[in-house]
Amino acid sequence: MANKPILLDYWPSMFGMRARVALREKGVDFEYREEDFSNKSALLLQSNPVHKKIPVLVHNGKPVCESLNVVQYVDEAWPDKNPFFPSDPYGRSQARFWADFVDKKFTEAQVKIWMKKGEEQEAGKKEFIEALKILESELGDKPYFGGDSFGYVDISLITFYSWFQAYEKFGNISIEAESPKLVAWGKRCMEKESVSKSLPESEKIVGYVAEFRKNNLGSE
Amino acid sequence: MAERSEDSEEVKLLGMWASPFSRRIEIALTLKGVPYEFSEQDITNKSDLLLRLNPVYKMIPVLVHNGKPISESLVILEYIDDTWRNNPILPQDPSERAMARFWAKLIDQQICVAAMKVAGTIGEERDAAVEETRNLLMFLEKELVGKDFFGGQSLGLVDIVATLVAFWLIRTEDLLGVKVVPVEKFPEIHRWVKNLSGNDVIKKCIPPEDEHLEYIRARMDKLNIKSA
Repeated sequence: MANKPILLDYWPSMFGMRARVALREKGVDFEYREEDFSNKSALLLQSNPVHKKIPVLVHNGKPVCESLNVVQYVDEAWPDKNPFFPSDPYGRSQARFWADFVDKKFTEAQVKIWMKKGEEQEAGKKEFIEALKILESELGDKPYFGGDSFGYVDISLITFYSWFQAYEKFGNISIEAESPKLVAWGKRCMEKESVSKSLPESEKIVGYVAEFRKNNLGSE
Repeated sequence: MAERSEDSEEVKLLGMWASPFSRRIEIALTLKGVPYEFSEQDITNKSDLLLRLNPVYKMIPVLVHNGKPISESLVILEYIDDTWRNNPILPQDPSERAMARFWAKLIDQQICVAAMKVAGTIGEERDAAVEETRNLLMFLEKELVGKDFFGGQSLGLVDIVATLVAFWLIRTEDLLGVKVVPVEKFPEIHRWVKNLSGNDVIKKCIPPEDEHLEYIRARMDKLNIKSA
């Protein structure tokens, strides 16, 4: 079959997971390729010469880089099934705004929790909890950020759910206590096959972070 | 300006005359012939209106359409393109759209940040920032080969976003005291700046040069940054 898209990815990456979820939501058959960062593939370097990062989706010979670009591309290239956005421009703009918020505020904060310790980690925790509360408020009582259907913002955020256990363990926080609606939303999303198939088990992420902290911070 | 049979659509832009993020919205609206009311905001003393319309970031620009606010310039640009379909700023093809979004993000998240570092540092740190900015700009340089604009024959999303490079970086090089984007290294970018400068919409929407440079000089003095 000619045009089977190739996804260059890395198993614990919450950004890579977004691409996986998006492709599975559309029922697209794709080839998953695990990248080794100590030995990046020629295809990765050629497809993403600017950042040399995953995820990259290569489809019909053309690369798509940056996870949210991949998600939007998947939505636009396979428009007939499970649209990720509402049809009205304002609804679409709000979805873009919130996915961008996840990328701006949530991403930066969570990185400090698992990659740092001491004061930097504490600062990260504060920012993280603040971002959680803002997202919790935006979700409100809706089943999904997209309203009744799972959509763009859900895809942008759900992949961090696989990292929640790691944030809790290494950051010493209770995400359930800070944002119970978000946790309920996470469990709801995990019932979808596109999500459960695309996210690694939380324990594996905890192990990954433990290893990272041992090697880079001298302790867990 | 587009003529409307019913004046039911109300477009208001909360912005700031010297901000590249605010000006890019004006470019998009003007390109599409959308009439709008501009509300100059004092970002050192934020209005209740701004705080109410953008509680998350409390920043300009904010576009208000039919009473509903949209924040974040790239989000606003896509909203404008979704809503007013004439003179599209994003291509139709999904992979080309993805590329346009990619370059727009590169400009905002990395080139802009590197350029700000050039303005805010001295000595070795500044040299490193200049090099970083140039390395990033080289990607844009290659993108322009054989094209009048990033969008091809007409202005597109990347052109609108990259006005930041043309009129906030290159324009201020003399003030900065360093030619971050020398024409020998970046002939395509300089050719593109000429194309931009000749475009009617751009001419109408960018800050007037003298006032702009004066404003930046004053800001640099205030922040104790040595201006050339």
